[in-house]
Amino acid sequence: MSETPVAAPDPVPAAADAVAAGPGQRGDSPGPATPRGRLTGAVLIQAITQGSSAVITILAIFLALVVGGVLIVFSDPVVTRAWSSLFTHPGYALGQTWDAVSFAYTQMFEGAILNPSTVSAALHGGSVAAIFYPLSSTCAQATPLILTGLSVAIAFRAGLFNIGAAGQWVGGAVVATWLGFGVSLPPVIHVIVCLIGAFVGGGVIGWFVGLLKARTGAHEVIVTIMLNYVMYDLLSYLLSHQGMLQKPKQTNQIAPFIASNANLPHVGGPPPQVGIGFLIAVAAALGVAWLLSRTTTGFEFRTVGASPSAARTGGINVERSWVLVMLLAGGLAGLSAATVIQGTNTQLTFNSYGTYGPDGITVALLGRAKPIGVVLAGLLFGALHVGGTYVEAATLGQVPANIVQVLEGLIVLFVAAPALIRATFRLRATAGTGMEAVAKGWNA
Amino acid sequence: MKLELRGITKRFGSLVANDHIDMVVQPGEIRALLGENGAGKTTLMNVLYGLLQPDEGEILIDDRPVHIRSPKDAIGAGVGMVHQHFMLVPVFTVAENVTLGAEPISRLALPGLTVGSLHVPRLSLPAAATSWLGMLDRRRARASVRELSERFGFRVDPDAFVEDLPVGVQQRVEIIKALLRDASILVLDEPTAVLTPGETEDLFAIMRQLRDSGHSIIFISHKLREVQAIADNITVIRRGKVVAERPPDTSDAELAALMVGRSVQLRVSKAAASLAGVALDVRDLSVPGEHGDLAVRSISFDVRRGEILGIAGVQGNGQTELCEALMGLRPATGSVLLDGQDISAATTKERLHAGIGYIPEDRQEDGLVAGFTVADNLVLDVYDRPPYAAGIAMKPEAIRKAAVELVGDYDVRTSSVLTLAGTLSGGNQQKVIVARELSRPNKLLLASQPTRGLDVGSIEFVHSEIVKQRDQGVAVVIVSSELDEIYALSDRIAVIYEGKIVGICPPDIPEHELGLLMAGAATADAQGDSTGLRPPAAEELLQTAPLVADEAGPGPRVEELPSE
Repeated sequence: MSETPVAAPDPVPAAADAVAAGPGQRGDSPGPATPRGRLTGAVLIQAITQGSSAVITILAIFLALVVGGVLIVFSDPVVTRAWSSLFTHPGYALGQTWDAVSFAYTQMFEGAILNPSTVSAALHGGSVAAIFYPLSSTCAQATPLILTGLSVAIAFRAGLFNIGAAGQWVGGAVVATWLGFGVSLPPVIHVIVCLIGAFVGGGVIGWFVGLLKARTGAHEVIVTIMLNYVMYDLLSYLLSHQGMLQKPKQTNQIAPFIASNANLPHVGGPPPQVGIGFLIAVAAALGVAWLLSRTTTGFEFRTVGASPSAARTGGINVERSWVLVMLLAGGLAGLSAATVIQGTNTQLTFNSYGTYGPDGITVALLGRAKPIGVVLAGLLFGALHVGGTYVEAATLGQVPANIVQVLEGLIVLFVAAPALIRATFRLRATAGTGMEAVAKGWNA
Repeated sequence: MKLELRGITKRFGSLVANDHIDMVVQPGEIRALLGENGAGKTTLMNVLYGLLQPDEGEILIDDRPVHIRSPKDAIGAGVGMVHQHFMLVPVFTVAENVTLGAEPISRLALPGLTVGSLHVPRLSLPAAATSWLGMLDRRRARASVRELSERFGFRVDPDAFVEDLPVGVQQRVEIIKALLRDASILVLDEPTAVLTPGETEDLFAIMRQLRDSGHSIIFISHKLREVQAIADNITVIRRGKVVAERPPDTSDAELAALMVGRSVQLRVSKAAASLAGVALDVRDLSVPGEHGDLAVRSISFDVRRGEILGIAGVQGNGQTELCEALMGLRPATGSVLLDGQDISAATTKERLHAGIGYIPEDRQEDGLVAGFTVADNLVLDVYDRPPYAAGIAMKPEAIRKAAVELVGDYDVRTSSVLTLAGTLSGGNQQKVIVARELSRPNKLLLASQPTRGLDVGSIEFVHSEIVKQRDQGVAVVIVSSELDEIYALSDRIAVIYEGKIVGICPPDIPEHELGLLMAGAATADAQGDSTGLRPPAAEELLQTAPLVADEAGPGPRVEELPSE
C-alpha cells in the first residue's frame, strides 16, 4: 500500500487556483490532505492553532464546564455569602468558589468514571469490581444515547434531519415489549427476536417518513415531529387498554415486565458488568461506519446528502436512498428502545421514551454525524447523566442533577458556534470545521 | 479619475498571488485585465476594493495615495465593484436594492391635523435623530434609478423585483448601485460569464457609454474576443505578475500565449470525421419545462459514430431540458435509441451503463460533490461497477489507484487525490469530470457547455479530449451557447430555438447566418418564406443533414428509422 500522495506536476498553480477560489472556500481537511511524511507534531500544532473540529469540541466542553462552574457557584448559598464580602476577604470568597466548583466536578468525575477511594480500597483487599462500577453505569446510560445518536447521524449523512428518533424509539419499544411478554421463547432466541422486532418496529416508522418524503416531497422535519406526537399518543393508548399492552389488573399506564428470557444479559461476572446492550451499540456504530465508508449504499447516502442533484446525475436513485436511510435510522432508534426495555428497565411505561430522541440529536451533533464521534459523545453524555445524579446525592441536592442538562446544552451551543470558540481562545480563523454544513442542514 | 496601482504585492502563506503589480488606468479608459483562472486578477481587485490588504505597494487615485481598508473606503474613494456573483436581495425591488445601505432618508414626521377647533401641529423628529430613525424616501430612490437608467440606456424598471429579472438586467442593477454611490472607477469581475451573447453586447454598449462620460472601467476577463472587442488597453497577468500591456488589436494567438505562458492552439486541429452507423437516434422528443409548458417540442435528430453534433442556441431555449431528458433525469415523450436499443424508459443509471458519458452543464451543482475528495468524484457515476466495487463492498484502494492514474492522465492540478474537489479551480474541477466521463468506453458523449468559465489552456485541453473521443468512434453531442466552441468542434450544427431544432447546418455556415438561426429568424415551419435568410440558404439548411452523411459514403442513409 503506497502512502505517497500524487505529486502534482506543478503545485504552484494548484495552490494559486485554490486561493483564487477564495480563502473562504478552502475546505478544512488537515487529515486527508496532509502528506503522511509531515511531522505529527506540526500537524498537531496546526490542528490546535487553526482549531480543527476535534480541538473545537474539546474547547467547547471546557468552556461549558467553566460556565457550568459559574452556575454551581450561584446555586451554593455558602459561596454567594462569601462573595458578598469579596472586597474584605477576597481570598475567602475565591477559596470557597474553588472549593464548591472543584467539589462538584470531582464528585461528578468520581460518580461517572473513577473513584480513587475504590482503587485504594481494592489495593487493601477490597472489591476490584467496585472500581469499574462508575464506568459501567456510564456505559449503561450511554447505550440508548449512542443508538439514537446513530439514528440521527446516519439520516443526517444522507441529508435528512431525523427529529423522529423519539417516535421511532416508541415504535421499537412497543414491538420489543409485546414480543417480550407476549411470546414465550427459549433464552437466547427470545433476546434476538425482541431485538429484531424492535429494529423492525422503529424501522417501519422511519420507512414511512422516508416514503412520504420520496413520494410526496413532504419535509422530513415536519413529518417526524408530527409522527412523534402520534407515537406518544399511540403508546398512551396501548398502555391504558387492557388486552393491548397494559399490565393486567392495572389502571396505570404500564406494561407487564418482559420475560426474563428476553432480558439482555450482562457480561463480566457479578455487577458491575457491561451490558450486552452497550456492545450492541458499539457494534451498531461500527456497522454504520462500515456502511457509510465502505459500501456502495453508504456512498449513495453520502452523495445524496452532499448533493442530491449530483447524485441524481450520477445515476443514484435519490428517493430510494431516502427511504432506505430512514428505515435504517428508525431501526437504530428502535434498537435503542430495545436496550432500555430489555436491558435496564425491563418494562415499558408511558414515559419510558424520556429524552432519548432529542438527546440523540445533540449526541449526533456533538459527534459530528460520524459513528465514532457519536460513540464518544454518547459516552460523554452518559457520564454527565451518571455524574449529575451522583453529584446531586453527594451535595445533598445543593447542586441539582439538572446542571448536567445545562452542561449538555452549553456544549452543543459552543460546538455549533465555532466562531465563538475561536474568538474565546484566539484561534486563527479558518474556514469550515464541518459544523457549518450541519448548521446549514437544519432547515435544508 | 486616474487610478494607479504601484507595486501591489499580496501573499497567502508562501504563495504570492500578486507580485509587485503596477498599473495605471486613465479616466475614460476601459482597461481589460486578462489572465487565466488563478492568475491573481480577482485578488488584485479585492485589494483595490478593500476586501484584502496588500502586503506591499500603494494605491493612488488622481496621484494621491489612498488607504483602502474596507469596501466602504473604496466606495468613498470612488471605486465601485460588480462581483461575479451578484449581491442583491431577490425579494426587493430594484430601487430598494440599489439604495440598500445608503437609503435616502427624510425626516420622520406626523402630518399636522385639525379636528374642529383643535389644531395639532405637524410633529417631526429632530433632524439629528434622522440618521438612526427616518422615513425611507422611496420616491427619491426610484427617481434616481430612473434618471441613471435613462442616461446610460440601462432600461431598468425601478419597481421590478430583482428575482423576476434576467441575469443581464440584474447585472445592470449592480452597476447602477455602484454609480449611485458616485463610483467613477468601476471594476467588473468576469461580467460576461453569466451573459448570453446578446446580453454581452448590451453590456458592452453600456460600458462604452460610461467610458464616454468619463468613467474608468476595469474589465476582468479571460475571454480573448471580448477583451479585444471592448478594451482600450489590455493588461495581461500571469501567476501574479503583469507580463504585458497590449493594445486591443493584438492577435488572439499572442494574447493567449501571454496569458498561458506558452503558445496555445486556439482551435483544435481535427481531421475529417469518419462516420459510421447511427449511435443516437432521437425521435419526436418532447420535454415539459418547469412551468408545465413544453421546453422541448418534438425534436428529432441523430448522431453517428465518429461525429460531433453541435447543438447551438442561446441559453434557455430548451438545451438543459433536452440534455436532462436524454439522461433520464426528466420525464419526456418520444423515443431515444442508443445503438438501435430503445432507452426511452431507462433510468439514469441504466443509461450510464448502456454507454453514455455525460458532462453536465452545471458542474458545481450536478457534476461534482464539492465536499468529496477528487478520488470519490472520479467514481461518482461508476462507483458501483468493478473494479471499484464488488457487490455492496467498495474498493477504496482500487478507487484511489485509478484516481492517481486519471489525475496524471488528465493533468488535474491537485496536491493529492484526497483533496476536496471544492478547493480546485473551475478548470481543474472540469478536468475531473472530463476524466471521469471520458475514461470509460462510451458509445455516446453528451457534453453540455463543456468549457464554460474555463481559461484558454483548459479549453484547449477539453476540446482536444472531446475530439479524441470522436476519433475513437464515439458519437458526440456538444451543447453550447458559445459560437467559438460550436465552430471549433462540430461536424454538423443543429440550431435549437424555443425548444425546436430550426436547422441542421454544415460546420462552415457563416457566423451571421448561424446567429440569425439562433435568434429564431427562421423557424422550421417557416423556412420557405423566411424573412431573414435568402431562400436558397434556407433550402440548403434543410438539405444539409443528409448531405453530410452522404459525404462519408456509407451508402444511402435510412431516412426514417422505424420507431415502433
